[in-house]
Amino acid sequence: MDYLLTDEQKMIKELSHRIAEEKIRPVAAKYDQSEEYPWEVIKVIAEAGLFGLFIPEEYGGMSPSVLGLCIATEEFSRACGGIAVCYAASALGTFPIVLFGTDEQKKKYLPDLAAGKKVAAFAVTEPEAGSDASAIKTTAKKEGNYYILNGLKHFITNGGDAETYVVIAMTDKTKGARGASAFIVEKGTPGFTFGKKEEKFGIRASSTRELIFTDCKVPAGNLLAKEGFGFIVTMKTFDKSRPGVAAQAVGIAQGALELAVKYARERFQFGKSISTFQGIQWMLADMATEVEAARALVYSTARMVDAEIKDVGKDSAMAKLYASDVAMKVTVDALQIFGGYGYMRDYPIEKYVRDAKITQIYEGTNQIQRNIIALQLIKEMAK
Amino acid sequence: MNIIVCIKQVPETTEVRINPETNTLIREGVKSIINPFDMYAIEEGVRLKEKFGGKVTVVTMGPAQADQALREAISLGADDAVLVCDRAFAGSDTWATSYTLAGAIKRIGSFDLIICGKQASDGDTAQVGPGISTHLDIPQVTYVKKVEEVKEAKMRLERMMEEGFEIIEMPLPGLITVVKEINEPRLPSLKGMMRSKNAKITVWSQKDLDLDPQSIGLCGSPTQVVKIFTPPQRTGGQMLIGDTSQVAERLVELLKNEVA
Repeated sequence: MDYLLTDEQKMIKELSHRIAEEKIRPVAAKYDQSEEYPWEVIKVIAEAGLFGLFIPEEYGGMSPSVLGLCIATEEFSRACGGIAVCYAASALGTFPIVLFGTDEQKKKYLPDLAAGKKVAAFAVTEPEAGSDASAIKTTAKKEGNYYILNGLKHFITNGGDAETYVVIAMTDKTKGARGASAFIVEKGTPGFTFGKKEEKFGIRASSTRELIFTDCKVPAGNLLAKEGFGFIVTMKTFDKSRPGVAAQAVGIAQGALELAVKYARERFQFGKSISTFQGIQWMLADMATEVEAARALVYSTARMVDAEIKDVGKDSAMAKLYASDVAMKVTVDALQIFGGYGYMRDYPIEKYVRDAKITQIYEGTNQIQRNIIALQLIKEMAK
Repeated sequence: MNIIVCIKQVPETTEVRINPETNTLIREGVKSIINPFDMYAIEEGVRLKEKFGGKVTVVTMGPAQADQALREAISLGADDAVLVCDRAFAGSDTWATSYTLAGAIKRIGSFDLIICGKQASDGDTAQVGPGISTHLDIPQVTYVKKVEEVKEAKMRLERMMEEGFEIIEMPLPGLITVVKEINEPRLPSLKGMMRSKNAKITVWSQKDLDLDPQSIGLCGSPTQVVKIFTPPQRTGGQMLIGDTSQVAERLVELLKNEVA
């Protein structure tokens, strides 16, 4: 399908496709096994200038575009969903600064992030605050020119490897959701340490760690927006980043589909290529149709975000929900086409199933996405 | 440091087909790429520029479509590009090609270093680089695998030999040809790709260059291609299996009989 991409978007696709094929695919299995952070690939992406895709030109980036980010994330995910998320999670950690940072904060943090010299992370989730972000317990107490952070964040993507963190903490517990604030916290700040690194089912090239704050002194100048804006920062950030997660899902599904078509052509049973069997053909046809539908939804949503259309929450949720469900189904079907070989680690397809699963869970579970969609539907009808 | 990198656009295939009547390459239907060895030349040029400042000008002689190769070089970090293009240059052998490129380089003006790939993947002659240095009367070092040092208008270079390497000091301006061991070419950057799309490529024809008409194109090419053929494939060897003394005995026997 032709998505009528601009020349710049076509270049992003061409370049990220090359990076995926030449630099990511050959090392995908290695990092899946070792669970090490793929710095060698991050360096390549940085040199190609693709960390600049979500940062304005005056701070060292390109003209920021969510569709551009989606295209790059999709291409990387075709080769490895884990390495792709290291990249996309840096975008997630950068968006709050781009959206709410002062000029001074932007000048201080964005150039290094645009150059890929540093990666970023966004820290909202806590052991008891997953889908219910209002249950956040991490506190930030103002003392003179500092905020003192105490608490624990967990399941933080890029945790430990990122240099720049945006952390959501409660400045006023009595106000509930309106008592949360967002802070930029640098790695190495006294009182900021890392807990255990999670061993994961999929996206194993990415790092997921606990962040521990023990009387961590953060300069008051690192507060993003104002006190009490923490949830607005979070929601606006997710509006920008959700199409990226959906694009990751599309990329994983596309990668699995391509492997399945290739395998079906090469695998002979009963004296014929299994791609000549209608049972296989229909599976492939359904998979391809679903991937294309998901992509169309994701690109449309990304374009809406880039056009700064208000209230993209429902569309963003639809894109993330549909693309991740498609990724799960398509990867499972792709493995089925590989048969017994597909179940073995020697073949690349089982990794796609593992990598796909997280896209139904993170940045809002698909159940939460359905809540968002349904509430908006009902609200629209009540108008 | 002003650097000139000479590149060639070649067909992307290791199975080059030859027109048996004209003894020339069949280019139709084959995608064109930058000669792989020239990618190392571009990368080395860009690295030296990044280290010492200056600029990289990339030059090629070829048909109008070679513009694409020059744009790719710009996406990889080259600053300027010159396409030497004229029907009068058609049929040039390595002598006429290096004479013509030398003419273009004279027109570019001052430079410190010329870098070429060690050879082109289609012709495999490795003669154009040395030819250019001869026509320009500057020193040359071929098969460079490392630039050790650049100091006071001199370069210290490691030259790859079949066994080991030589260390050579070359005064500048000079010319080097590079082997693939010298670096790992980078991928283009997004900014580079965007710059290359709008970059202005300078195109020079015969009239733009001060060249002897008798020394260019087919008539300026002393090379005569008499015959082109595919060498016969090597037939398989013979495997001797057994313990060492048995194998040695059998080998001696074979050598005696075969030599006889």
